[in-house]
Amino acid sequence: MVPQKFEYAAPDSLKSVLQLLDAGAKPLAGGMSLIPMMKLRLAAPEQLVDLQKVKELSYIRESGNAIHIGAMTTHYEVETFPVLLRKCPLLAETAAEIGDLQVRNRGTIGGSVAHADPSADYPAALQALEAKLVLIGAQKERTVSAAEFFVDAFTTVLEPGEIVREVIVPAEELGTGTRYEKVVQPASGFAIVGVAVRVRRSAGKISFVRVGITGLSNHSYRATSAEATLAGTTGAAADVQNAAALVAEGIDANSDLHASANYRKHLASVHAARAITTAISRAS
Amino acid sequence: MATTIAGVEKEKLVGKRLRRREDPRLITGTATYVDDIHLEDMQYAAIVRSPHAAARILSIEIAAAQNSPGVIAVFTGKDTEKVGGVPCGASLPGLRVPHHNVLAVGRVYFVGHPVAVVVAKDRYMAQDAADLVEVNYEPLPAVADPEKALAPGAAPVHPEWPDNVAFTFHQDGGDVDKAFAEADVVVKQRITSQRLIPMAMETRGVVAEWHGADRQLNLYTSTQIPHLVRTLVATMLGLDENRVRVITPEVGGGFGSKLNVYAEEALMGWIAQKIQKPVKWIETRRENFLCTIHGRGHVDYYELAAKRDGTILGIKLKIIQDVGAYHQLLTPAIPTLSVLMMPGIYKTQNIRADIVGAFTNCMPTDAYRGAGRPEATHGIERMVDILADELQIDPAEIRLKNFVANDQFPFHTATGLMYDSGNYAAPLKKALDLVDYGKLRQEQADARKQGKWIGIGISTYGEICAIGPSPATPAGGWESATVKIEPSGKVTIMTGACPHGQGEETTFAQIAADELGISVDDVLVVRGDTSIVQYGIGTFGSRGTAIGGTAVYFALQDLKEKIKKFGAVLLESDDVTFSGGNVVCNKTGQSKSLPEVAASAYRAMKLPPNTEPGLVSTRFWEPPNFTFPFGTHIVVSEIDGQTGEVKIRRYVAVDDCGNRINPLIIDGQVHGGIAQGIGQALWEQAVYDDNGQLLSGELTDYAVPRAHMMPWIESEHTTTPSPVNPLGVKGVGEAGTIGCSPAVVNSVVDALSPLGVRHIDMPLTPEKIWHILSKGA
Amino acid sequence: MKITCTINGKTYSNDVETRLLLIHYLREVAQLTGSHVGCETSLCGACTVEVNGKAVKSCTMFAVQADGAKITTIEGLASNGTLHPLQEAFWNEHGLQCGFCTPGMIMASKQILERYPNPTEDEIRHGLAGNVCRCTGYQHIVNALKAAAAGARK
Repeated sequence: MVPQKFEYAAPDSLKSVLQLLDAGAKPLAGGMSLIPMMKLRLAAPEQLVDLQKVKELSYIRESGNAIHIGAMTTHYEVETFPVLLRKCPLLAETAAEIGDLQVRNRGTIGGSVAHADPSADYPAALQALEAKLVLIGAQKERTVSAAEFFVDAFTTVLEPGEIVREVIVPAEELGTGTRYEKVVQPASGFAIVGVAVRVRRSAGKISFVRVGITGLSNHSYRATSAEATLAGTTGAAADVQNAAALVAEGIDANSDLHASANYRKHLASVHAARAITTAISRAS
Repeated sequence: MATTIAGVEKEKLVGKRLRRREDPRLITGTATYVDDIHLEDMQYAAIVRSPHAAARILSIEIAAAQNSPGVIAVFTGKDTEKVGGVPCGASLPGLRVPHHNVLAVGRVYFVGHPVAVVVAKDRYMAQDAADLVEVNYEPLPAVADPEKALAPGAAPVHPEWPDNVAFTFHQDGGDVDKAFAEADVVVKQRITSQRLIPMAMETRGVVAEWHGADRQLNLYTSTQIPHLVRTLVATMLGLDENRVRVITPEVGGGFGSKLNVYAEEALMGWIAQKIQKPVKWIETRRENFLCTIHGRGHVDYYELAAKRDGTILGIKLKIIQDVGAYHQLLTPAIPTLSVLMMPGIYKTQNIRADIVGAFTNCMPTDAYRGAGRPEATHGIERMVDILADELQIDPAEIRLKNFVANDQFPFHTATGLMYDSGNYAAPLKKALDLVDYGKLRQEQADARKQGKWIGIGISTYGEICAIGPSPATPAGGWESATVKIEPSGKVTIMTGACPHGQGEETTFAQIAADELGISVDDVLVVRGDTSIVQYGIGTFGSRGTAIGGTAVYFALQDLKEKIKKFGAVLLESDDVTFSGGNVVCNKTGQSKSLPEVAASAYRAMKLPPNTEPGLVSTRFWEPPNFTFPFGTHIVVSEIDGQTGEVKIRRYVAVDDCGNRINPLIIDGQVHGGIAQGIGQALWEQAVYDDNGQLLSGELTDYAVPRAHMMPWIESEHTTTPSPVNPLGVKGVGEAGTIGCSPAVVNSVVDALSPLGVRHIDMPLTPEKIWHILSKGA
Repeated sequence: MKITCTINGKTYSNDVETRLLLIHYLREVAQLTGSHVGCETSLCGACTVEVNGKAVKSCTMFAVQADGAKITTIEGLASNGTLHPLQEAFWNEHGLQCGFCTPGMIMASKQILERYPNPTEDEIRHGLAGNVCRCTGYQHIVNALKAAAAGARK
């Protein structure tokens, strides 16, 4: 299968990109989802603006207690960048679970989050990290939280002409334990369910916990009732079970060839427990 | 000319792990597959296919497509009505064969049914234009499940046969009623072998080139059976068979899916004539999933009668075969192979089998790796485990009790076969030793106490290979070889087999090198071109070496005789032997090398008595019987008690394929076969919804095994030569697949047996297992 | 659109349609047919080539995106008739049968060994997650990577 015709531009400045987007072009980041969709003719943009030459979108920078990741940073870079491995290992661990070697070489964090595939890996981590996303269009730049950003399947708050400029994640405080657990859909490599967890302990108690979920429903979310249940406990097995049992509470779970809604919910709980347990073991 | 030292036996190559001689072109990216062919002024075809499983075609609007840039022609079913139907080569009494047009006429019968074809300057333009063909359909009720298709009131796939019965088949052997009457115990189980997608890495593809002045069609196609394609496509197109040349370049995997004649092969040949230009069609993966044959598609109802001591008395089997919308080349024959194989390697002499083939609005099923035998092996190996469970006998013990004994060979089965040779206990015992079975059972018991779900699964399979004697096949079951010793002494083998990964360019060269006492590098194996190769049947049914290799062997024997005669003339001796690549005079010790003898045979200055010049022999070898490889696979699996996920902890395969020509290649065949078996057992399934839409229609939803999903395979062997052919080989292409799936399923059922589980249908998805665990807990 | 790139050390300059996929550019314009097309969903890996040092699926990239790039395909691995160690290893270990996945498999393997010079079996298997082989069951491919890695350590 081959794509339909389109106009193509690959400017090297963000400004030019934004002008083209403003004129109706569709952004092309790594293309790992868009190009297959175009080949299958499920997508047929008339005009593509390729972001790959925009150097100002490709960086990982530490600034204060935050790490700024340019939208065109590849999954491989996220997976291996020393600062991330040290200070935001959850994101690196999540990136390592995406697709495969070739996809991680070319796919980008900005492209992935903007595509908002409900089975994508990053959203779980970004929810747990309470990441911020800087969105930019020709007219304005704004910052939204991950919780606000993901609206529905393949739907975000991005407006026409707007792209993700960067993703901001926290540099973890010392002692934070994190874990990304994924149930892989065996054909596509996407997540049937993905659970990202961050935990801190203080005086023998769970002082901080964040749980992000992907794959379960149309969009990623933070499992706040599970967090609340775990916080303040010692993080014993029973506490973990009690919390994990709540991660899918009230969620309208997806159902497909690979997992029914009930099974997905069950998997979310099981893997939440495992992720929390591992995260606790990694917390010091 | 130098004469080499006479009488020195060179080291035998048969039995050596020789690296393959076909590989240099494959690892350097210089091999030629169909899509790599480029011809001057070649056009590209894109096919418009039905999105409906059943519909009337009300109209087809092609004007917009015709006017699309680069388009030179658009054809619909009306244009191609005179092209002969896609052939079914199998015959059964009462078989209902719907006419299968190359492009649909009036009605479509499955999603993907070709409706129109667009020909344009390049593949992009062809696709653009194909999107502009507007077909107006009146959707009709469809049926996609074979049991539903046979139920009263089901939508008729073909209106002329409202019961959707494509064929029925019955076979009785022994006295099954008596066996069941005398039984202490009868176990029954419904067992399915799901629809599978063969998924060769290279999709199908055709390049057709027409030379009008000569009325000559050259057809490059990715097939396992070039000569049969030639014969059948010539018939479909009304061309002279000897003016159709089928060339099979490199073939990127087949697994049975290219053991067929497809609409597109004739269609491209027809288009090349119409447009007077070469035309290329390369199947997309989506098309490959929708429109290349599927495998399996069985619903089996088993009954096994036994004595309390575990002796199997008789087997009843009812097969419902999902045929699909049409018969492809061998569709109705496949489940009959299941019947032949239904007793497995057990000595019971009482069987009864019934097959009902059901039309459905789906892609036809046909031969996929194992073709009928995996279904049968899965069934009998599951049933034996169910019986063992019922009688509380160890699954290894019950098998040993029922095996055909070593002194019973050749063994006549209740299904009419004669098993050639076997030592069924040997691989079982070897595999049990390898896993340390007694200790393993103890470990399992300990693990269970700790709440772990560990299972041990045994499959002792037998299979029918070297398919097969001509009377048992639709198109001849022999194979051909021409061996030509060139004037330089180099050896060219033209084989009717058509290897596509099996490595016969190497194994046949090993056979020839040993027979002639020459280097393997002096041998060239040519296949896959009907204007070079005499005629041939092809590569499928684990027949390449056992039949094709044997044809090579016999041609070599002819040549060895002739070499001796020419050598004797050269040496002016009447007492010579041919050994180590030299003809040696037994009196003087003088010798002549093969190149010297070959040169003299072509120079023909002095001919031996009653001998023609040249060194060429062609043999068509008709095997007297099938061969019957066997083996034991043992799987140790562990189930995640929370998620139901199955992990294979250990995989031991002990296979007996008779004599082994190249163990490296055999290992590869076993591994690959097992991968497809594990794929079926754990992940793969072609799922149609009730409307006949293929839900697992892409690699995004159809899970083939990847490297990280596969266990390490511990591969061992026993060797029981076949008496059927002088090489003593049996075949190994399908063994892994046939032996595998019951071993995996038996291990998982064994793991779950504390919950009273007796059977689980494939694929063993985590969700399925989880449901069982939840119910049990 | 005019593009210029280096493929296997040779410069190519062509006017191409923007929608032309890199794999079709390599196969049909540059006539390097070693890289194959096995799917349209970026899941089989048969089209894997190296672009600017990274293994990528050339079916999931437009030729215009390779403007200015340095590309290596399977045809560029052997030098002066000497096979690349991975090609040798695939040959020696019988890491291929039908050969269709092999060029992509070798190009992905090259990247794996660059990143894991001493790979564990698990690293090899997960590294190959983007490449489907339907023939070998992967075991001989795993052996090939191990052998190539061991050879490089010598």
